[in-house]
Amino acid sequence: MSVRVYTSSKSYRAGQFFGGLIVALIVIAIASLLPLLPWYKLNPVLDFIGMHPWLNAFLKAFVVVNFVALHVLFLIWLERKFAGWMQARLGPKHVGWQGLGQTLADAIKLFLKEDIVPAKADRQLFAIAPFLSFMPTLLTFMVLPFSAAWIAYDYDLGALFVVAVSTNVALGVLAAGWGANNKYSILGGARAVAQLLSYEIPMVMMILAVVTLSDTMSMKQIVLRQAHLWNIVAYWPVMIPAFLIFLTCALAELNRTPFDLPEAESELVSGFHTEYSGMRFAFFYLAEFANNFFSAGFAVTLFFGGWYGPILPPVVWFTLKTLILICVMMWIRWTLPRLRIDQVMGFCWKVLVPISLVVYCITALIALK
Amino acid sequence: MQSYVPFVMFTAIGFAFIFVTLLMARFVRPSAPNPNKQETYECGPVPVGDAWNQFNIHYYLFALLFVVFDVEAAFLYPWAMAFRMFGLYAVVEMIIFIALLGVGLVYAWRREALEWE
Repeated sequence: MSVRVYTSSKSYRAGQFFGGLIVALIVIAIASLLPLLPWYKLNPVLDFIGMHPWLNAFLKAFVVVNFVALHVLFLIWLERKFAGWMQARLGPKHVGWQGLGQTLADAIKLFLKEDIVPAKADRQLFAIAPFLSFMPTLLTFMVLPFSAAWIAYDYDLGALFVVAVSTNVALGVLAAGWGANNKYSILGGARAVAQLLSYEIPMVMMILAVVTLSDTMSMKQIVLRQAHLWNIVAYWPVMIPAFLIFLTCALAELNRTPFDLPEAESELVSGFHTEYSGMRFAFFYLAEFANNFFSAGFAVTLFFGGWYGPILPPVVWFTLKTLILICVMMWIRWTLPRLRIDQVMGFCWKVLVPISLVVYCITALIALK
Repeated sequence: MQSYVPFVMFTAIGFAFIFVTLLMARFVRPSAPNPNKQETYECGPVPVGDAWNQFNIHYYLFALLFVVFDVEAAFLYPWAMAFRMFGLYAVVEMIIFIALLGVGLVYAWRREALEWE
């Protein structure tokens, strides 16, 4: 059987593409600057928007999507730079100032890459997996309080909403793993789902502990209760273990080292997204980093007083705390080695679940007084 | 119904965002499928058979345990909103409830459902 070499005779239509890209970038830039405009001059416009729930929701969703996409570009750069510093390298350096444009260049490269679907794959599952993994992440940003005013929707059941929505990430992972019909993918998918579900339980219990202490599930109210003292300081005997368990579970949910065995590069060739290429692969990456930002932001909301802080504006404080927490996660990632699957599952069910149940019972007794 | 509007809108915008990006990429990316390229990736060797076959039963046991504990959490969320009305009585009942589930966990542990051999 001879192997034929196939070549593409199509041109890349580079001119059209870059024209479109520049227009899209300008639109995105304007959209992400919208929150900085002096709103009071727009009162008539705002009244009109406020009276139309669909229009209102549309604009908020548009801003949030743009924020997520742009922020992930920055986070990926930060991760690579941080990895470089940890390993005494320089990290990305050539595209833009200190390599800040590197992620954009990578995104454009992925945009231009061929989209390969394996012949044996289940095409429907393969196609919807990126949607399924990105959507829950986006929905969680709906209730993330950047400040008292900068929260898309302050649901009464905010914390429960996060728990309910974020578990659905497992669906996307399973669809990707099963749909690709690849042995690495299916192993990675099975591991990822087992890990996601197991670590969900201590995490849910610790969110519940904060909810019990705050006597509210609204994300905004949880932060408002911490106006004078952060939760982690005010109730330190239970909240410090709670925060550590939450952080561990967040790392496991994000499939980050030391819990990165669903996508272990050196054994499973990146697990459930082995077969993905081009833009679809980029969406898995986008979902992962957006999730990272959300987990850190959620921890800040629950334990570190959300947007409260002296001098600087609330939004800056929230982002600063979140970025510090993200850096801690990166620090852990580049320090610890990978665990085995039996160690990961054993650690969750034999250590974290019993401890979280006990911590929760003590929290309930403290909340009662 | 009013509070479902943002949920629907966020889902729609998120869907549209991915869909439009993939659609735009379709116009600029090359497309030259060939049987070698579309083969399942296995680090080089020609893959044998499907990947859709049996895998470890332990994953199923963990899923069962997850359902038990997640239902417990679903019960505890409304409890956490209301227990102040009933005081210590409610807390003791909750601790008994968690202890019962703890017995379940110990049972699974003793039956070696948490072990991987």
